[in-house]
Amino acid sequence: MDLQEIRRIVELMNEHGLTLFDLTKKDFHLKLKKGPDVDELRSLLASLPSAPAATTTAPAAVAPAVATPAVEGSEITSPMVGTFYLKIAPDAPPLVEVGATVSIGQTICIIEAMKVMNEIKAEQAGTITSIVAEDGSPVQYGDVLFRLK
Amino acid sequence: MFKRVLVANRGEIALRTIRACRELEVESVAVYSEADVDSMHVQLADQAVCIGPASSKESYLKMDRIFAAAEITGADAIHPGYGFLAENSRFAEICESSCITFIGPSAKIISLMGDKATARATALANGVPVTPGSEIMPDAETAFEQAKEIGFPVMIKATAGGGGRGMRPCFKAEDFIALFQAASSEAIVCFGNGSCYLEKLVLNPHHVEFQVLGDSHGNFCHLGERDCSMQRRNQKVIEECPSPLLTPELRARMGAASVNLIRNINYQNAGTIEYLVDDTGGNFYFMEMNTRIQVEHPVTEEVMGCDLIKEQIRIAAGQPISRHVLEVSPRGHSIECRINAEDPYNNFASSPGTIELWYAPGGKGVRVDTHVYSGYTVPPHYDSMIAKLIVTAATRELAVARMKRALGEFTIRGIKTSIPFQLEIISHPDFIRGTYDIGWVARFLDEHAK
Repeated sequence: MDLQEIRRIVELMNEHGLTLFDLTKKDFHLKLKKGPDVDELRSLLASLPSAPAATTTAPAAVAPAVATPAVEGSEITSPMVGTFYLKIAPDAPPLVEVGATVSIGQTICIIEAMKVMNEIKAEQAGTITSIVAEDGSPVQYGDVLFRLK
Repeated sequence: MFKRVLVANRGEIALRTIRACRELEVESVAVYSEADVDSMHVQLADQAVCIGPASSKESYLKMDRIFAAAEITGADAIHPGYGFLAENSRFAEICESSCITFIGPSAKIISLMGDKATARATALANGVPVTPGSEIMPDAETAFEQAKEIGFPVMIKATAGGGGRGMRPCFKAEDFIALFQAASSEAIVCFGNGSCYLEKLVLNPHHVEFQVLGDSHGNFCHLGERDCSMQRRNQKVIEECPSPLLTPELRARMGAASVNLIRNINYQNAGTIEYLVDDTGGNFYFMEMNTRIQVEHPVTEEVMGCDLIKEQIRIAAGQPISRHVLEVSPRGHSIECRINAEDPYNNFASSPGTIELWYAPGGKGVRVDTHVYSGYTVPPHYDSMIAKLIVTAATRELAVARMKRALGEFTIRGIKTSIPFQLEIISHPDFIRGTYDIGWVARFLDEHAK
């Protein structure tokens, strides 16, 4: 099991609001528990296989990943293909900022396609935790634009 | 020549088009649905843009997203492949007004010949024989009266139809109304247009189609025919070039009629004119014209020594048809089997799923066009065709032997495929003799059912 896989498990735990993940296989045992818990962390590091060279660096990297949950909240993804803009005009203020609360139906960004500026509206209420898409860059269907909780 | 071509399709034809672009040193942009993220065409294109979820209606048929993808990638041309938007005149029209070249004929021509009813009228007006039939029928009752006049059996055909969809044969008067409604409904679902017309059903005919090409320099030519009579429910199973039925004299007559038609309407780019040839091999009737590249184009490429997709791109870029294509000389015989993810022994039920092992045949005269590979998961949302197996040899007899060898070698584990069924057909005396018509598969399956 590598760091990518462990990260993915952490993401899934957050997505589904889980606080404990415990996996036992023939040659190893992995337990991920959400929340700061130093003793648990020590026994976790001890339980990871140390023989393969590739994974010896993994235990050290795993600790921060478990202590600070990688990704929080839900995602707002692009419903279309086009160019993402945070502002309705170059000199206008951004439509949203990190920390802003949004309500359902509020315009949170513009996606321009074929010379049409499409107003993208929030389909859920919450607080913006991060702006993932880059202002002025192309986005595809399904690309993550914002994260909010 | 174009700088960047957006390939508005999926599967094997998208990969085929990307390959042609690469040989012409043109960049390619793949568009894909979320279900196709692992498709080989997405991996091999220079750029790829996700345009929607799995459903075709929300991805490959979404014109606005395809144009947006062209815009953000700076594509200056779009190749529509076959199916999806390939024969959608509105799509071609929007391309024209957006200064993106649509690789195919003009929107006007697509409207004229893509619409089955007006195509018939155009063929007739240009001296091409057509089967007795009707105009578009406003409703089932009027159609029924017309059907009685034409005389049963009749074929109910959707004017916007293609690929065998939106068609229903009607043998008995009492079944007519229900079949008309079924054809219309299927057409609405597949093409957004439920209008239908009627044609006299020629019993046990042969489906013979001619590949044609036109350019903007006044060149119009045909590249011979393909026999596609081996069909199951109007879906082609096996195709071959040349047709075992045609005499040189009939070929000359049909070829001349085809070239005359495209010259008179100034048809530019690649197209295929489909004919029905009666059992005696003496009469031919215009059925419809496909204003796009066909699935089975490889058999023509192999016998005629040409690359039709490259010709399409070159013609769209304003270049004349290649010299070696205008002076083409046929050589040998080619057969294609469409490999579908379906179970021929369970009423051809779809068989999507993960391909655990994929070993495609090779060797002399064997070509496999596919987007699939070991470990690939065939999604359930699209057409079941996962590969095309094309073999070419010096004579038809040698080509049949080669196809038998190649099909036997083809190993696909994890899903069911049409391969065992095609092996049965290839080994059948009727196929070996070249004496089969459009009704052959239905009769073969009927006999097996007993």
